[in-house]
Amino acid sequence: MTDAALTKAAERPPLRVRLKLRDIDGVTLLVVPAALFVLLLFIYPFAYGFVLSFKPKTGDLFANYRKFFSDPFLYDTILATFRLAIPATLINVLVSVPVALRVRRMRHRRVLTTLLVVPITLGTVLIAQGLLIYLGPQGWFNRALTLIGIGQVRLVHNYTGVMLSLIMSGFPFTFLLTLSYLTGIDPSLEQAAATLGARARARFFHIVLPLLAQGLAINMCLSFVQTFSVFPSAVLLGAPAGETRVISIAAYQAAYEQYDYSMASAVAMIMGFCQLAVVMLILAGRSFAYRGAAAGGKG
Amino acid sequence: MAIAGRDFRELRLDDMSRNFGTVNALKGVTLTVRRGEFIALLGPSGCGKSTALNCLAGLLTLSSGSIWLDQTRIDRLKPEERGFGMVFQNYALFPHMSVRKNIAFGLSMQGRPKDEIERKVDEALAIVRLSEQGHKLPGQLSGGQQQRVAIARAIVIEPPLVLMDEPLSNLDAKLRLEMRAEIRRIHDLIGSATIYVTHDQEEALSLADRIVVMRAGEVRQVGTPEELYGRPAHADVAEFMGYRNQLRVTAARAGNQVMIRTGNVTLAGSAVEPFTEGEAVAAIRPEDLEVSANGPVEARTETSQYHGDYFYSSGRTADGAELYFRSDRRLTKGEIVRLAADPARVLVYAGGRP
Repeated sequence: MTDAALTKAAERPPLRVRLKLRDIDGVTLLVVPAALFVLLLFIYPFAYGFVLSFKPKTGDLFANYRKFFSDPFLYDTILATFRLAIPATLINVLVSVPVALRVRRMRHRRVLTTLLVVPITLGTVLIAQGLLIYLGPQGWFNRALTLIGIGQVRLVHNYTGVMLSLIMSGFPFTFLLTLSYLTGIDPSLEQAAATLGARARARFFHIVLPLLAQGLAINMCLSFVQTFSVFPSAVLLGAPAGETRVISIAAYQAAYEQYDYSMASAVAMIMGFCQLAVVMLILAGRSFAYRGAAAGGKG
Repeated sequence: MAIAGRDFRELRLDDMSRNFGTVNALKGVTLTVRRGEFIALLGPSGCGKSTALNCLAGLLTLSSGSIWLDQTRIDRLKPEERGFGMVFQNYALFPHMSVRKNIAFGLSMQGRPKDEIERKVDEALAIVRLSEQGHKLPGQLSGGQQQRVAIARAIVIEPPLVLMDEPLSNLDAKLRLEMRAEIRRIHDLIGSATIYVTHDQEEALSLADRIVVMRAGEVRQVGTPEELYGRPAHADVAEFMGYRNQLRVTAARAGNQVMIRTGNVTLAGSAVEPFTEGEAVAAIRPEDLEVSANGPVEARTETSQYHGDYFYSSGRTADGAELYFRSDRRLTKGEIVRLAADPARVLVYAGGRP
């Protein structure tokens, strides 16, 4: 080796230092389990299902998809799912805003927050069970209605039952998320607006809402994806053969009643595409909103 | 200039109090502010000065007492009904609005016509010297510029009263000096009254027409900067105004002067009324305690810091009292010096504090 090459080698910092400069060090290895997890349990099954959906039992490459979109019993499930997921998402997200606005100022916020979070810990099946008993024909609710002369109201085994369950299990999520976005808005901004003559309504529409829009969009995406894949409550509280025959039921039946995994994969792919389309739409709308810190200065 | 504070004669705070649970953050503050005055509320953290400001702005309700703008009682009004301009410590600029929109906000809330808003915003931007930055978002401005936007936003609605809550505390030392001059210039230009909260005595002294010194929720003294600097009414005010040497002494009258004794040191001072003989506190500024060959006080040097024109030194007397004084050369640790002070600059307060 020449002298020049020697000095050059000496000048070059060791690999460790060079990696460190790019923020790669021992701690980076902690990403590996998570990456493996995603790869094995999400990317691989997804890719597998994608390929499988193009290998129908009979017919050509697109036979499954053609079958889905030519049979109203199948393609109507998309509509049925949207009819549940969109109103449920909107109700959950929009109602969470006024509730969070109020709770933000409460002194015993933790008590109420805990109360609202209980449905998350209960799980869908327990909620469904409770609703079936309480709102059913022999439940307290209907008996009370009969007693005051209104008569029976059908609230379970139909669209309403599923909707109620989606709201009960979905609202705590949207509420908590909205609350955390809301508490991220510097309260001095609203105070400043007040000293400048803005009344509560103007403060909400000019200051709070624009700064919250970003968070509400994310909240809607998460809430929508969750409600779109509704399965247990649609079966338990709805009319799984009728108006609440959602797309996940179609996928389930293809897979476990007809044992046509290829068809089930195709349904799952269609379902994923619908979710992706709505999420992209919401995120596209988000780009019109202000994105950045919701604080008033360098603080 | 067309931007001018709304006309009024005086703002009166009458026995204004505020409690937080069992804590009395504000205990009966009474003060009259005239139009055109620049008032500084000065005091250490937690003395209630920000509470007082928030009560004035309407962001906090009073527990008792009242606030009057001339003949109108305003303490029951919501902040949006008072029409006072407020500059927040963190500026509180709306991050999603351009500088122009921020400044225009108050005017558009009042429902002013578009062309008037445009004209007034232009003027306000000119006053704070930010005419070129109108289209930017607050996040794209430096701290000093954000501060000026906050001021423009508060004054453009032509408030009778501008409230400022430690507006310079987030700026660096150089910018702070610049903005200090700027704030006073803008105050003189628009002619409304300004109430300025600060914990920095230098800021209060240089900006204000009158200073209100607060401590533990009470007003301790109200006076011009000269009065407060030269003759603080209480030992604790003196401490806050830079009288760093506070000695426990025994005092006795001797003609026009007071003779004070601590340990084996005897010193002449002047009494601050009301004065009684006996236990007292003597307050001396470090600048007024100088090294002098025949000085009556003997001290052993502990530290000596370079301050440009002089050295700021500290030492202890034989009986352990700590003293801060000035010297014109660097003293070595352990060096024995003699110190003297003009009797007129040794203020003696009755009572046992501190």
